Amino acid sequence: MTSTIDMHCRPATGTPADAYTLGPLQSGPSCCDPEPLIRVENLSLSYDNKPALAGVTLDIYRGCITALIGPSGCGKTSFLSSLNRLTDLIPGCEVEGRILINRQDARAPDLDVQTLRRQVGMIFQKPNPFPLSIRRNLEMPLREHGVRNRSELCDRLERTLTDVGLWDEVKDRLDTPALALSGGQQQRLCLARALALEPSVLLMDEPCSALDPLSSAVVEDLIQRLRGRYTVVIVTHNLAQARRIANYAGFFWVRERAGTLIEFGRCQQIFEEPAHDLTAAYVSGARG
Amino acid sequence: MAKYGLFSMTITSNLDRFMTLAIWSAALLVAAAFLWLLGDVLWHGAAHLSWSFLTEAPENAGRSGGIGPILVSTLMILAVAVAAAVPLGLATAVWLTEFIRPGSSFGRLVGLSLDVLAGVPSIVLGLFGNAFFCVYLGLGFSILAGGLTLACMVLPIFIRTAEAGLRAVPADWRNGAAALGLSRGAALIHILLPAAAPALAAALMLGIGRAMAETAALIYTSGYVDRMPSSLSDSGRALAVHIYDLSMNVAGGDPNAYASALVLITLLIIINSTALWLAENLLQRRIVTA
Amino acid sequence: MIWFKPSILSPSYADARLGWGLAAAAGLAAAILLLIVLLLLRESWPVLQRVGGVRFFADQGWYPAEEMYGLAPMLWATLAASFGAVLLAGPLGVASALFCRHYAPFSVARLYRRMVTLLAGIPSVVFGFWGLTVLVPLLAQFQPPGASLLTGILILALMILPTVALTADAALAAVPDAYLRGAAALGLSRGATIAGVVLPAARGGIISGVLLATARALGETMAVLMVAGNVVQTPTSLFDPVRTLTANIALEMAYASGDHRAALFVSGLMLMGLVIILAAAAWRLSGGRLHG
Repeated sequence: MTSTIDMHCRPATGTPADAYTLGPLQSGPSCCDPEPLIRVENLSLSYDNKPALAGVTLDIYRGCITALIGPSGCGKTSFLSSLNRLTDLIPGCEVEGRILINRQDARAPDLDVQTLRRQVGMIFQKPNPFPLSIRRNLEMPLREHGVRNRSELCDRLERTLTDVGLWDEVKDRLDTPALALSGGQQQRLCLARALALEPSVLLMDEPCSALDPLSSAVVEDLIQRLRGRYTVVIVTHNLAQARRIANYAGFFWVRERAGTLIEFGRCQQIFEEPAHDLTAAYVSGARG
Repeated sequence: MAKYGLFSMTITSNLDRFMTLAIWSAALLVAAAFLWLLGDVLWHGAAHLSWSFLTEAPENAGRSGGIGPILVSTLMILAVAVAAAVPLGLATAVWLTEFIRPGSSFGRLVGLSLDVLAGVPSIVLGLFGNAFFCVYLGLGFSILAGGLTLACMVLPIFIRTAEAGLRAVPADWRNGAAALGLSRGAALIHILLPAAAPALAAALMLGIGRAMAETAALIYTSGYVDRMPSSLSDSGRALAVHIYDLSMNVAGGDPNAYASALVLITLLIIINSTALWLAENLLQRRIVTA
Repeated sequence: MIWFKPSILSPSYADARLGWGLAAAAGLAAAILLLIVLLLLRESWPVLQRVGGVRFFADQGWYPAEEMYGLAPMLWATLAASFGAVLLAGPLGVASALFCRHYAPFSVARLYRRMVTLLAGIPSVVFGFWGLTVLVPLLAQFQPPGASLLTGILILALMILPTVALTADAALAAVPDAYLRGAAALGLSRGATIAGVVLPAARGGIISGVLLATARALGETMAVLMVAGNVVQTPTSLFDPVRTLTANIALEMAYASGDHRAALFVSGLMLMGLVIILAAAAWRLSGGRLHG
């Protein structure tokens, strides 16, 4: 079982037999890299002076998939939203502590949040394609970020839709409303929309929990294939899924009415040799 | 126990019977008054309504002839009101929904002042319009002054309806746009405003309906002149003012007043029904599919 | 890799500029009310300064040519007409809303609600015109001259009824279904449920709707102007012809000048004051949101 990590860490190019191809790697390591891309130090977060998250310190490694697990309401989503500063949009939300992304302070007041969010993409629990056509869903954000060249737009459209395995399903109806797609297709479209901006980090907030089991499996496969090329942080309630896809795992729990990180480590260690009793109880299904 | 139960049952059923009777008769009374009014206007108005009535100029102080120039003046006044109220109102509604933090004191102040403005009696707005637009700004009795006065009147209705429409746009799309690094401006133009478009159109229709029904604010701003206006600085008589003048100041003006009232009510029913339909159907459909 | 370089050209700055522009528009929209109050004050200042505020209440009657500026009879007429109209339209409007929500079959309720919505859109001048041609002659057969406080009340009541009915309907719709299910589970009859559960739960919304309707009645001009007779006097019976403050402005602005004109602006201020008091009461009751 010691080889589990290595098995998880296969290159993202995958085998030719795979249904989905991500194409050649353009950047990043071929697999997990022990170099931290995101360092979070002593992060606390409160809504209207009610603490939601207290003292979280953890490193997120480049090219790896990091799963955040724990019961509802323990601040996992808040943690995720503070990484791309979506917390800025929530009235009454206060964040304290340090977040370094690629050695830059993501909480600096003079930071350009829009550039940050372009680099740190996010997928939500409920698929949220815009009420536009499939094509415009992908092209509009690109245009807003300065990609105006027609052939480049078409190129990225096809590439990212192929990456998420949607190209063959929608290539004949790119100008139909995105909201007419099925839930699983919508979620893959949202993923493609994020990938089109060529982010380095992808934050995923329970990306499969609103989908039926089949679509969920398709999206999960897709996340597997992002390994290496993107740094993925995924919040999930599905422990089996976390175990299947993650290289690292962090376990959150509520302590003194605020969520906090109980344990963080290699996925295998968290699930098989948890250092903390709470973790052991949670992953074995005894609590939570 | 059974006795008590029976006892209370008779009491409640008496109360029930009385309430049912009272409520049905109230509803019938209201419906009867409404039908009486509508039927009366329809009956007398339809007798005088014709194509030439809609196009010809009024003659003999409005006793004969039609309402052609009056319709044109009405449309011009509405156009001025819409042109002034919509940009200002849309900007305010967007600011109130998308840019301020809930509980911001400036936002509350703006909201409060809009709510009070919505309650200002129209004749007081007419006084204001007369003193400010006609006299102070030197516009005189003109379509421009009347339109601007009406713009002040419809602004709160337009803003509040548009605001409600924007708030009904799911937060998922706002978060999605922000997570993609879109600017607020881009999110507004590409997603939020198009998604709220039916509600914005409904707000516009409600505003137009309110403006078209208005009389008191116009008598001393856009004036009484029933000739065909040649520019925005001409005085022009709105349809509602025409009805008022015919019924109060012109003996024998009633037949044409009835026909004018029928035209006004028909236009308003069309406008208000469109607003209702837009607000109920389109908005719901768009958001349900999401 | 340089990641997040803030620049003058970046969209964040455009957003900040957009925010300021929109805030300016909102400020302008809010300033209209201030402008109205200031202008009313400015226009009425000469006569307020020369005559003083008290005489607008103390003078015996309204004879602006003889410098008698007693607004009291018209204020009483305004209050009497509005109060009467609310007394009629309040119960009828609430009954209409109850009819829609709890008594009428679904299809009838829909039709009825549509009718009330249409009634809300009918212009006041049409109400006044109908009152003048139908109601006044009818009443004149019993109690000449017909145009009176009573006709004013009837027409005003019909006019503000949709306001009461629609706000009460919204308040009734906001009563949680759980209350109704709870009442049904206790075996309460429909009447008892409404009297004991529904109306108390919807009370706040209904009262603020009635206050809104009162404000509308106070501020209404055309409907009362056309049917109430326009004689300046303190009403002593329902059949007295009366003139309200609003009607007075509409009638006399045409030829008023100097102090007379300024006195009309004083009555405008007075109306504004009445409406602001009512709006403040409704605002408190509804927890900060009036219209829409």
